[in-house]
Amino acid sequence: MSLAPTVSLAAGHPGFLSPTGVEIAFLLVGLVTFGAALVTVTTRQLVHAALWLVVSLGGLAVEYLLLTAEFIAWVQVLIYVGSVVVLLLFGLMLTKAPIGRSPDADSGNRWAALTVAVAAAVALVWVVVDAFRTTWIDLNGPAAGSTRVTGESLFRNWVLPFEALSVLLLAALVGAIVLSRKAKAESNPPHVNSRGVTESSPSVTDSGIHPVEQEGAR
Amino acid sequence: MHLAYPAVLSALLFCTGLYGVLARRNAILVLMSVELMLNAVNLNLVAFDVWLSRAARDTLHSGQALTLFTITIAAAEIGIGLAIVLAVYRNRGTSDIDKLRDTAEGPGTEGPGSSAAEKAEATA
Repeated sequence: MSLAPTVSLAAGHPGFLSPTGVEIAFLLVGLVTFGAALVTVTTRQLVHAALWLVVSLGGLAVEYLLLTAEFIAWVQVLIYVGSVVVLLLFGLMLTKAPIGRSPDADSGNRWAALTVAVAAAVALVWVVVDAFRTTWIDLNGPAAGSTRVTGESLFRNWVLPFEALSVLLLAALVGAIVLSRKAKAESNPPHVNSRGVTESSPSVTDSGIHPVEQEGAR
Repeated sequence: MHLAYPAVLSALLFCTGLYGVLARRNAILVLMSVELMLNAVNLNLVAFDVWLSRAARDTLHSGQALTLFTITIAAAEIGIGLAIVLAVYRNRGTSDIDKLRDTAEGPGTEGPGSSAAEKAEATA
């Protein structure tokens, strides 16, 4: 007798006090994700920050799976967890980051940053909860983001942005190579300049020094 | 599932990244915080895309396509950003943002100033 009204009520506007299984899983994984993100931005060990970032991004991949966006989830695992974090670790190693606890990981304005972040969080959460309190995502039925659906929408409706994006990736690749080679390219022009100067003013010491320097540079 | 859950999680992750960008001193940690902010936006895009495609108001799957584009652009951004950080580290010997106050090469380092000094020496 009393079951039918609650079911119809749940279909109309389900409350927050009777969460479904997917919601409980989302909440738990979300807590792990948020906690890992907090540790990422507050830990004093730089390498640990990168490793906690892996936990946070992996948690987000699980959230995508719970939202039935499978393809995005696996792309997230492949690109973020697989390559971006590895790039960040390489960057940490190449800039000779201290392995242990570094006392100056946070700058002096961290209290101002905390104030700004907490104010933004309160405002955003308030607005979002107020706006979408009664909005319900229906997760039943076929997956909204399976590879087939995503591929069809991507290659039917989004082909031009997709190709433009590949050009952008190529430009980023070339740009990264140019930026990495720039230091070597900049160390050469002074030799060229000074060689021009020594040709215009023949002095013995300069012409004696420069071949040695050039050999050393090579 | 309520749309409020992913929206609130996304807002919290975004503000965590905001705190990291403002409070961290190492440039690579700032890049990590930027990644957190981008992921918050991605979660929002996916959640709203699932909602709108269920409500049959959006048949283009624009949210998931935009998420894929954001992930790609984030990968490009992290590559370029790390290249810039490594170039700065090679030039200045540090990647602390607080110590990078100059916007141009100083007269003490190699550059137009030193070559001008060499020219002055050569002509003297």
